[in-house]
Amino acid sequence: MKPFTTLTAVAAPLIRDNIDTDAIIPSREMKSTGKTGLADGLFAPWRYLTPSARDPDPQFVLNQTAFAKAEILLGGRNFGCGSSREHAVWALAEYGIRAVIAPSFAPIFAGNCTRNGIVPVVLNDDAIAAIGNDGGPVTIDLAAQTVAVRDGSQWLFEIGAEAKAMLFEGLDPIELTLKNRADIAAFQTADKVARPWIYLGDIA
Amino acid sequence: MDHIVDTRPGRGDQTLMPGGQAFITETRAAARDAGITLFDVTDPDQGIVHVISPELGIVLPGCTLIAPDSHTCTQGAFGALAWGIGSSEAEHSMATGTLRLTRPKTMRVTFTGTLAPGVTPKDIILTLIARHGAGGGKGYAVEFAGDAIRALDMEGRMTLCNMATEFSAMTGMIAPDEKTYDWLRGRPYAPRDAMFDQAVADWQTLPSDEGARFDIEIDIDTSAIQPMISWGTSPEHSIGISGTVPADPPERPVTYMGVEPGQKLIGLPIDAAFIGSCTNGRLSDLRRAAALLKGRHVAPGIKALVVPGSMAVRRAAEAEGLDCIFTQAGFEWRMSGCSMCFYAGGESFPAGSRVISSTNRNFEGRQGPNIRTHIASPETVAASAIAGHIADPREMAA
Repeated sequence: MKPFTTLTAVAAPLIRDNIDTDAIIPSREMKSTGKTGLADGLFAPWRYLTPSARDPDPQFVLNQTAFAKAEILLGGRNFGCGSSREHAVWALAEYGIRAVIAPSFAPIFAGNCTRNGIVPVVLNDDAIAAIGNDGGPVTIDLAAQTVAVRDGSQWLFEIGAEAKAMLFEGLDPIELTLKNRADIAAFQTADKVARPWIYLGDIA
Repeated sequence: MDHIVDTRPGRGDQTLMPGGQAFITETRAAARDAGITLFDVTDPDQGIVHVISPELGIVLPGCTLIAPDSHTCTQGAFGALAWGIGSSEAEHSMATGTLRLTRPKTMRVTFTGTLAPGVTPKDIILTLIARHGAGGGKGYAVEFAGDAIRALDMEGRMTLCNMATEFSAMTGMIAPDEKTYDWLRGRPYAPRDAMFDQAVADWQTLPSDEGARFDIEIDIDTSAIQPMISWGTSPEHSIGISGTVPADPPERPVTYMGVEPGQKLIGLPIDAAFIGSCTNGRLSDLRRAAALLKGRHVAPGIKALVVPGSMAVRRAAEAEGLDCIFTQAGFEWRMSGCSMCFYAGGESFPAGSRVISSTNRNFEGRQGPNIRTHIASPETVAASAIAGHIADPREMAA
């Protein structure tokens, strides 16, 4: 996974509450069994006048020249709610989005972001409105946990230490966990004695 | 094998879902290579994962249960810590036997009072989400407690916990009790004999202690709840069925749904009706819908279908003759799967249809392009299908 340090990019405003993963990528656009080939289906119901014809809707923000190279999305509350489909994050990543700034995120979506190099930045409504109004490039500094805009305004954001480390170092969480292999095995050995019914293979 | 499969009788690996057949055959090959049990398309135990896991006794109180599907919280009804994850987390769990997660805050929602006739667990959970918002449970593991919960059967408890994810909670759970143990006793994957008794002794230690403190508590009197229905494009856009669309609603959902501020929903004409899903596709759901449909017929021009949550539910319903009631009423009787809850199996209603649906999500386009979804209980779906417009099931009692 590509490490995320700082990013200066165009931020596209898509400030609606409850943007769900069906809107980010409908199930009918998930045509592959892998993590790629999804960018075309990103926001298909909004991005195209007729999704099957792939004719861009000029009203949709990502189809406007000023936002064509956006790498940051500005969203509303409860961003990424609904289905757990990681395809939503894969589609955003493949399209080129590297951060989403929203007042709140659905928990599964936020977890999927940090495992795919997209920073879920939580800022309040006023900050997001100000970023949108500024209109210039937006700089996200993950180490400092700041978002800054052209006019010099800057906001701090919170992110969990582990999510930050995964994004910043591009760490593979599986490798990270397997460092505790011995502890995991010891737990399972003891738990099998205490709760043998939990372990399907020992019953079925 | 629930999201992708075709639900039309006579199905095989082929599905209308683009790339669906490849998904099915690749999943089958990967499961075989890894030695993982697969409840395959033609397996008698096939069904929606959150329906078949409890049927088979795979979920147990006190277990940690994850699946890459947001409605995994359904199984919190058994006192399990069950929640939905993404694919990368599923990969992590299979590689390491563990998951890394932040400890959630705790919330208890206590439901008191007795449900009025015609009011169901679906209406309870929609009431919670309508009152406290689709983001109201964010960051919390939620315990559903109180007399009204103890009174629910296991299937009702599953319906309630199912929509904890629509509340943005990490999970919803219910303390195990005798009803939980009775459900699990004798199920294929549940412990047997002396080990079952040993397990029950352990499960009895799981409920929250008297005086346990939660980060936040919510109390809801269920006796005043009426059948609920959604008017907009989030489950929080839900109202009592005799109510009206808010006077000053957000513009986008009103435009998408084609409703007016202050409008009554009763009487709004519908094009289609769907009964099924991990929320309301179990035997008790089908029984209650069939009770209303018996001797009646859906209104002219209404496309109606019922999709059992599992093949076991389908067989049990057929043994009671429910399939005949549904088909005589003009419903299609399907094989099990997720079906048109979200365009699964690649099928959809005609673009722009207004659909009343016993499912969990009324998002824009969830059921297909420009489809207007109203979520409600199976009873409300059945009553509305008969009437041809949104109708109050209490006025059409069996």
